[in-house]
Amino acid sequence: MASEAIPAPRRSILGAAPSGVAPGIAITYLSLIVLLPLAALLWVSTGYGWHQFKEAVTAPDAVAALKLTFGAAFAVVLINGFFGTIVAWVLVRDDFVGKRFVNSVIDLPFALPTIVAGLTLLTLYGPQSPIDLNLAYTRKAVILALLFETMPFVIRSVQPVLLEMERDMEEAAASLGANRFVVFRRIILPTLMPAILSGGTLAFARAIGEYGSVVLLSGNVPFHTEVASVHIKSQIESDYTAGAAALSLVLLGASLLVLLTMNYLQRRGLRHAR
Amino acid sequence: MLARYGLRLVALGYLAMLLLIPVGMIVYHTLSSYGASAVWNAMTQPDMVSALELTLKVALIAVPLNTVFGIVFALMIVRTNIPGKALLNAIVDLPFAVSPVVVGFTLILVYGQNGWFGQWFIDHGYPIIFSTPGIVLATIFVSLPFVAREVIPVLREIGTEQEEAATTIGATGWQTFWRITLPSIRWGVVYGIVLTTARAIGEFGAVAVVSGSVIGQTQTLTLTVDSSYQNFDPVGAYAAALELAAIAMCTLFVMNLIKPRRAN
Repeated sequence: MASEAIPAPRRSILGAAPSGVAPGIAITYLSLIVLLPLAALLWVSTGYGWHQFKEAVTAPDAVAALKLTFGAAFAVVLINGFFGTIVAWVLVRDDFVGKRFVNSVIDLPFALPTIVAGLTLLTLYGPQSPIDLNLAYTRKAVILALLFETMPFVIRSVQPVLLEMERDMEEAAASLGANRFVVFRRIILPTLMPAILSGGTLAFARAIGEYGSVVLLSGNVPFHTEVASVHIKSQIESDYTAGAAALSLVLLGASLLVLLTMNYLQRRGLRHAR
Repeated sequence: MLARYGLRLVALGYLAMLLLIPVGMIVYHTLSSYGASAVWNAMTQPDMVSALELTLKVALIAVPLNTVFGIVFALMIVRTNIPGKALLNAIVDLPFAVSPVVVGFTLILVYGQNGWFGQWFIDHGYPIIFSTPGIVLATIFVSLPFVAREVIPVLREIGTEQEEAATTIGATGWQTFWRITLPSIRWGVVYGIVLTTARAIGEFGAVAVVSGSVIGQTQTLTLTVDSSYQNFDPVGAYAAALELAAIAMCTLFVMNLIKPRRAN
């Protein structure tokens, strides 16, 4: 038959697609390490039922921890969104001695272990502060720790957009008489907004789960400076599994929700751009 | 002109207050308050040495595994037409969306004493939680996405022409991978490895939940920072933090060396 005369390609289309057992082993690896534990979380939460879930997330100490966590994360996104955009702007459009050095240390919060970040901030902004600014064991300390940990997200997502941005629109607007503020608000900001939002979303998802940098600095006072992840840790230690499971589910659901929303908006944006 | 200097001042001031001064301070504070010899003494204590050894041991298991599987995931996502590719892509990213404490907690639900398989492992003499395997699992979980994340865009960028050419002249899948694909993605892979290593060495929250922090046994360097600080041993805490900060500086240095090559 004709179809036998032409040898069928061994792999569908692509040269180096993994074949044989590799994909199977990879999926098993992913399942055992990531999916199985997350499935256990869902299973255990379901087992406790809606009533226990509601009781756990509406307990006064849990509500206080969640409010602080989401409030602080939101504040951090706003602050880092604002300053991060300025930093990105300065790193792309301005020129000064040491710019390369400054640009290269932006990623430090990603490289520095969270607990070291906490101790670092405690050294400068703690009880023995050399600049006499003691924020330890206050809510400001929580925000400070989260600001440090999430600082690179907005900068690193805005920078490439600024680099690619053509200046002719800005110049055209300026030549038509728009002042710098109008140019910024009408031309630059709308172009940067998707990048600011996507960096902000990643920062938010990171901030609501943050533990290591907060734990030394915040003092973990229930109803005051105890964030959700610290509260979950203490529930685990006191064997209150239903409570820990419920709060874990809330944190996981919230970060998945913001990340998926961003993903969806980005895809829609891409489609519109075409 | 004024606006330009104003913005520069705001940007640099923000970075200085949040990043540069604190990190400079920790080095200065550690050495000036306790002295280099006391810090060195703390670093060479047996417990601290064993914490460093455990940290490196865990990284030596987690990083190679996540590198190999990261490349396989990236190839599966970019170079195959398997159903559920978008789902796989999302699942590989999932660890970034999970709080470290939740990671540790979910591992306890599966491998803890009252978990799904915990008792079985304990009965057979391999307890996972409060023991090294738990630390390894937690570390793998949190550092899993980096290599795939770095390699996926590079794979998309290089396209399939060269791979197809190699296949056409008779190369097997392996040959194509080793001679064409891997050399083209190598800087992405290396960058991913650097990020994976940094996270593996620096992970704290997930490890804190599963390790039990038995000094000299299941205590990593990051856990030493915390427990020394809580136990009023600031020299130990700052010495361990300084070691980790030094590792982070090296990481940052390597990241900046690789970045321009990765972009090409």
